[in-house]
Amino acid sequence: MKTDQADTAYLDLQSQVKGRASGITFQKIRERVIELSMFLCALFSVAITVGIVWVLLYESWHFFATVSIVDFLTDTQWTVLFENPRYGIMPLVTGTLVTSSIALLVALPLGTTIAIYLSEYANATVREILKPILELLSAVPTVVFGYFALLLVTPLLQNVLPDLPGFNMLSAGLVIGIMIIPYVSSLSEDAMKAVPVHIREGSYAMGATRLQTALRVLVPAAFSGIASAYVLGFSRAVGETMVVALAAGTQPNLTLNPMEGAATITAYIVQVSLGDLPHGSIAYQSIFAAGLTLMCMTLIFNIAGYLLRKRFREIY
Amino acid sequence: MPKPSQSDIEKSVAGNKNRDKLFVVLGLLSTFIGMLTLAALLADLAINGFARLQPHFFTSYPSRFAGQAGILSAWVGTILVMIVTAVTAIPVGIAAGVYLEEYAPKNWFTALIEINIANLAGVPSIVYGLMALGLFVYQFGFGQSVLSAGLTLALLILPIVIVATRESIRAVPGSMREAAYALGASKWQTTSDHVLPYSMGGILTGVIIGLSRAIGETAPLITIGALTFIAFLPDSPFKAEFPFISFDWIWSPYSVLPIQMFNWVSRPQAEFHLNAAATGLVLMVMTLGMNGIAIYFRYRFRKRIKW
Repeated sequence: MKTDQADTAYLDLQSQVKGRASGITFQKIRERVIELSMFLCALFSVAITVGIVWVLLYESWHFFATVSIVDFLTDTQWTVLFENPRYGIMPLVTGTLVTSSIALLVALPLGTTIAIYLSEYANATVREILKPILELLSAVPTVVFGYFALLLVTPLLQNVLPDLPGFNMLSAGLVIGIMIIPYVSSLSEDAMKAVPVHIREGSYAMGATRLQTALRVLVPAAFSGIASAYVLGFSRAVGETMVVALAAGTQPNLTLNPMEGAATITAYIVQVSLGDLPHGSIAYQSIFAAGLTLMCMTLIFNIAGYLLRKRFREIY
Repeated sequence: MPKPSQSDIEKSVAGNKNRDKLFVVLGLLSTFIGMLTLAALLADLAINGFARLQPHFFTSYPSRFAGQAGILSAWVGTILVMIVTAVTAIPVGIAAGVYLEEYAPKNWFTALIEINIANLAGVPSIVYGLMALGLFVYQFGFGQSVLSAGLTLALLILPIVIVATRESIRAVPGSMREAAYALGASKWQTTSDHVLPYSMGGILTGVIIGLSRAIGETAPLITIGALTFIAFLPDSPFKAEFPFISFDWIWSPYSVLPIQMFNWVSRPQAEFHLNAAATGLVLMVMTLGMNGIAIYFRYRFRKRIKW
């Protein structure tokens, strides 16, 4: 009787352990499945890049089968949608460079000053208030900035410069410049904040003022981070679409004069996309060639920024 | 070099101090230029657009007559596109962030994924549009539909969600994980029951900022062929008969608020510019509102959690 009881208790325990064991293997499988699916999600981000590169290269390949790459780079006319099309990307590239240069002329000095001010001068309360407000600038939809450039900034500028046409690169560039301030200032500020305090203290101990410390010690020390901020600002300015499409016009124009209107690479892509172009036509393929040019421009600047950072990197 | 006299030194020190004070003014001025632009923008939109914000503006389709035109198809389109974007970008983004932070081994492949995500954040948005045009619209045959638009914007905000998830998870101290492991929890149990709940605030902030960016995004949607004149609504997701829910709307052509605004701004007639201002005001309220919520979340969660 007693042994019977002990036996059943033993059997009970055994089945329990068995159940536990199968529960553990089930759990192990579940863990593996979850890990694998999360890995696939992370891998998906690589697929996006592959997709971008593949689509741009594939369609551009077809484009360059018809258009010689020499013409593309040296011709001074971009008249893809006309009767006798010419395929010279130069006017679009100059338009892009002029608007982004104006934008950088606005954003780099202002953004760097703001970064130095917020990082070295402002107290915690002021920073907590000013920083989020400033970051709201980058949250404004770009089409709203386009409206602002075309219907408010251009008329204002026309009061000062009466000859300014309705579409011009100046107002587009200025507005993009304001728009990218937060990108420049946030990253630069983070970089300056990351400089160890003892370096600051060393400078103060030598009797330097806050401005001298900021300009002669912190900016050089944080240069690699500040350079990344500038490169990001440039990428934003070059890729900006709605402001230039609305305020700088859609007429390709080989000029370096910011008082004229000129299409940028992005504005051209928008112009073509608004029309109903047949899939596979040369004009359809041309927007991918334009997109590839855009990617190459940002890539060149990113590499330049990388080399600059490598050259001036400070390690503490 | 002659020895500087006492007064020379005093002059130099005073000059340095003055320049230091001058810079405070310069710094504040620069900050105010940015804030002033934001204020001017809002004021201009409000002055021009506020009068148009009547109920019929929200319940009418676009029209050839500026006074009768409305944003019904645009705001419905925006909501539907955002549903597709949120449903795809949020789970994929969070899962990728969790994997990279909690699971990924330290090797070249993980480094590749990380560099790739950092680079994706710098790719111009119109390039995502070109990719979606070639891939979603033509290769996969999704056409110019709500589905194409939602997926495009999802890809665009994926880096934002991933980066926010990672930063937020990184802030959870290792002792929390060790405590869970010590009680016999598995890796996934630790992650889902402890790490994720603690980092929810930061993740939510990133998701909201990502979605607010997607709401205002125009260029990639123009590239994949959003229509500017839509005088009908997509098929309703709710049906009277079984199974009560329909997903036909994801194949529908669409318009969204920023596209509608772009269309009205680019018209020559000034009355349409008033419509554009009103649409801009609606967009600004949505995006700034979402960003405000995000800032509040960030502030609150940072204050409340004390490890």
